[in-house]
Amino acid sequence: MMLTALILLPLLGALIIMLFAHGENERSADEARYIALFTTCITFLVSIFTWVGFNGGTADFQFVEKHEWFVGFNINYYLGLDGISLFMLLLTTFLMPICILCSWESIQTRVRAFMVSFLLLESMVIGVFCALDAVMFYLFFEGMLIPMYLIIGIWGGKQRIYAAYKFFLYTFAGSVLFLVAILYLYFTFGTMSIPDLMKLAPQLALPVQQWLFLAMLASFAVKVPMWPVHTWLPDAHVQAPTAGSVILAGILLKMGAYGFLRFSLPMLPGASHYFAPLIFSLSVIAVIYTSLVALMQQDMKKLIAYSSVAHMGFVTIGIFTFNMQGIEGAIIQMISHGLVSGALFLCVGVVYDRLHTREIVRYGGVVNVMPKYAAIFMFFTLAAVGLPSTSGFVGEFLVLLGAFKANTWVAFLATSGVVLGAAYMLWLYRRVVFGEIVHDDVRTMKEMTAREMTFFVPIVLLVVWIGLYPKPYFSAMEASVTQLIKQVKP
Amino acid sequence: MTQAMGDIHLSSYTALMPELYLGTAALILLLYCVYNNPRANGALLFLGLLVLGIAAILIHHAFGGTRLVMNGMFITDSFSVLVKYLLLLAGALALLLSAGWLKEEGRPFEFVLLMLLSLLGMMLMVSAADLLALYLALEMSSLALYVLASFARDDAKSSEAGLKYFVLGALASGMLLFGISLVYGFAGTTSFQSLSELFTTAGAAVSRGVIVGLILILIGFCFKVSAAPFHMWTPDVYEGAPTPVTAFFATAPKLAAFALLARLLSQPFGALAGQWQQVIIFVSVASMIVGALAAIMQTNIKRLLAYSSIGHAGFMLMGLAAANTAGVQALLIYLGVYIFMSAGAFGCVLLMRRHGQYVEEIKDLSGLAQTNPLGALVFAIFMFSMAGIPPLAGFFGKLYVIWAAVGAGLAWLAVIGVITSVISGFYYIKIVKIMYFDEPAQPFDAASPLPLRVAIAISAAVTLLFFTVPTPLITQTKMAAEALLK
Repeated sequence: MMLTALILLPLLGALIIMLFAHGENERSADEARYIALFTTCITFLVSIFTWVGFNGGTADFQFVEKHEWFVGFNINYYLGLDGISLFMLLLTTFLMPICILCSWESIQTRVRAFMVSFLLLESMVIGVFCALDAVMFYLFFEGMLIPMYLIIGIWGGKQRIYAAYKFFLYTFAGSVLFLVAILYLYFTFGTMSIPDLMKLAPQLALPVQQWLFLAMLASFAVKVPMWPVHTWLPDAHVQAPTAGSVILAGILLKMGAYGFLRFSLPMLPGASHYFAPLIFSLSVIAVIYTSLVALMQQDMKKLIAYSSVAHMGFVTIGIFTFNMQGIEGAIIQMISHGLVSGALFLCVGVVYDRLHTREIVRYGGVVNVMPKYAAIFMFFTLAAVGLPSTSGFVGEFLVLLGAFKANTWVAFLATSGVVLGAAYMLWLYRRVVFGEIVHDDVRTMKEMTAREMTFFVPIVLLVVWIGLYPKPYFSAMEASVTQLIKQVKP
Repeated sequence: MTQAMGDIHLSSYTALMPELYLGTAALILLLYCVYNNPRANGALLFLGLLVLGIAAILIHHAFGGTRLVMNGMFITDSFSVLVKYLLLLAGALALLLSAGWLKEEGRPFEFVLLMLLSLLGMMLMVSAADLLALYLALEMSSLALYVLASFARDDAKSSEAGLKYFVLGALASGMLLFGISLVYGFAGTTSFQSLSELFTTAGAAVSRGVIVGLILILIGFCFKVSAAPFHMWTPDVYEGAPTPVTAFFATAPKLAAFALLARLLSQPFGALAGQWQQVIIFVSVASMIVGALAAIMQTNIKRLLAYSSIGHAGFMLMGLAAANTAGVQALLIYLGVYIFMSAGAFGCVLLMRRHGQYVEEIKDLSGLAQTNPLGALVFAIFMFSMAGIPPLAGFFGKLYVIWAAVGAGLAWLAVIGVITSVISGFYYIKIVKIMYFDEPAQPFDAASPLPLRVAIAISAAVTLLFFTVPTPLITQTKMAAEALLK
């Protein structure tokens, strides 16, 4: 019941907003904001209980719910959590209230519709991470296109329409091939249940596995996004409103990587091994190439967007090392990236709300007027770079460790990406925060408000917690990851 | 079969009770209207719905298992029953949609009558068990439809649409009839049952003439379901005909033609699957591609929906191409879902009025989300559903069709299907973009007739909530498909 409640709560909130907050005035907008904030907070609280009640000693799915749904087709309403999806779920529910808070003032038009879209999105994303039936997974995976399309298209920047199209069509094209792949699996084994398919699908002959892997790759690679299908991301990020960027970077990108962990690896181990060199190559290119591209960006959001591609490159490298360090590192890196890049987009949002520009050269010397902001931005810059004692370090370190075991060259090249990462992040920081104030309007910028501080503080605490004491995370995911590695052994 | 084929037993009449009733009711209505000439369309609308409702009840009561009646001319089975329910539903939705327009048009009873008569023809089509009965039923419904297409007789476009539909429809009927005569000439019978037995024994050794006849029959049907390359009439007729008529065209006749085609290909020509499968696959691919590409450049919303319906026809044909129970079931699910999406979308087009005039350009929808949030929301639901985005109903239609295709070993066809559905996704979301992202144009008239709103609300509710209770449609379609292919 817990997982159903998690999926339904945001829907309920959306329904309440639609029914009770009438009209387009300041009062209804405020009502919508408070209802959305309240709903997401409750959802977060409920989701904490899943961690409390989670038994880390077993790799089995927990909180399982199963009901007949499409009678005669063996499609079920089937939910459950394991050590991998647990953290994706928590990340989602954690970031959502923050997104609502950060769009409190920056979204002024059609507030009700915005909040409803966001709550719908939350429900879908939670569904993706809880679904244990492939059709349900697809339903949520694809369904979130609708709210996200609207969020980018209505509340985005100048090029929003182009970005919304690109986002929609790229992801749609990728996912439909995934649909064909799961239908093929269904016809071979007569079930859509993910746990069953994990047991059965590895029997498939290698050529079949390869085709299925490629079909799934088309979908997941677009979502991650991997080079060369990453080009929708910078557009979507730059044009989306701040909260949209946070969700994109924090959660939606994780769905692709989660797809690899949930489908590709356990179901198609043979093909996963076969294609691992391909994934490594694409990931290394992503790490190095997009880092170089990030160096040249004039737009803060675009820079962080490209850095996301690079960081997700680490995640895919970690996943395809097929060893404990690599995969656990990848999961931590996902959580860390969700928090850190989300926070960086929030940092951009803070100054954007003041000057309404994201161009790096329009800033400079911000530290003189916003010292608290400078400190927080510094913290997240360093976390993105992977400074020890932040979550970024744990993730990157483990991934590189795993990569060394799997392939020294990959590890070597990926490490150079870390150096480049430090270069573009610190340079961004220097140009925005340090130096003399050259533009007069920078002088007028006000220090962060209490509301803005509220959403940074919990992220800072979490990043430090994972950086210093990641054990609770590992102990919850260990059994599941061990099981996954056993599955993918050739 | 419960009775010999030779006699016309009284039970034949009970089995065909719904059709007999519908015909009689239409005639009584005609007489009543001739003498009283009612202009109050509220009462007529009610009468029309009442007639359809009673017909539905009769269908329920008259059905007593699979039966061949009237000298083997007609058949009733779970398949025909389900499709007839859906036909009545489509008719009822179209009636509701037309209410407001009829009031202005001023000839409500002719419209209702023609619609009832064409529905009668369609119900007979669905029950046809003989090539002759098939042809007669098809012509009966088509004749009424030709008149409906040109219903707005003062409007040049509508007259043109009617004429075009009539001329091309007559050509298709000719092909169909020629095909039937060839099949009869080479096989010596027109009864579905005998044909089926004949072809099952003959197998691949069936005469060339039959194959040519079959192809000609298929061409006739491809015209009726507006499948490429026989789709040319569709955009013009959809655009020219009054919108409520178009809404009707897009649902009921398609449903009937697809049902009849499914019966034809499963029962009499079921043994010849090897011969017709290629043709259906080709037509399916062609329709999906034409539907996806040609719609992109359209500026008129009705033309766009016409091309979209061609694409949908391609998808439904994919179900037929699978040539098995799952395929027929998928086809029925798709049709069931499509009725609501299509009726709803045309209902939204009917909301597009400025100063009492209907407007049909896509750009007229600009910024609808700000001038009419609810209207924009339901239109967006229909568009996303047609694009096949879960969890909306349209997705499940596509899912089952692709499912059937993959199950029949036609994975490549499924891949073409999903690729075209991505391409067509572009123009569906373009409409959403225009409604949601663009600057508002002049708002539409706020007032809209209640029946229209009811029809749209029903369609939207079904489209949106289908995924919560899919079981009834799925079990019913399964039974129907099994009855057809037992």
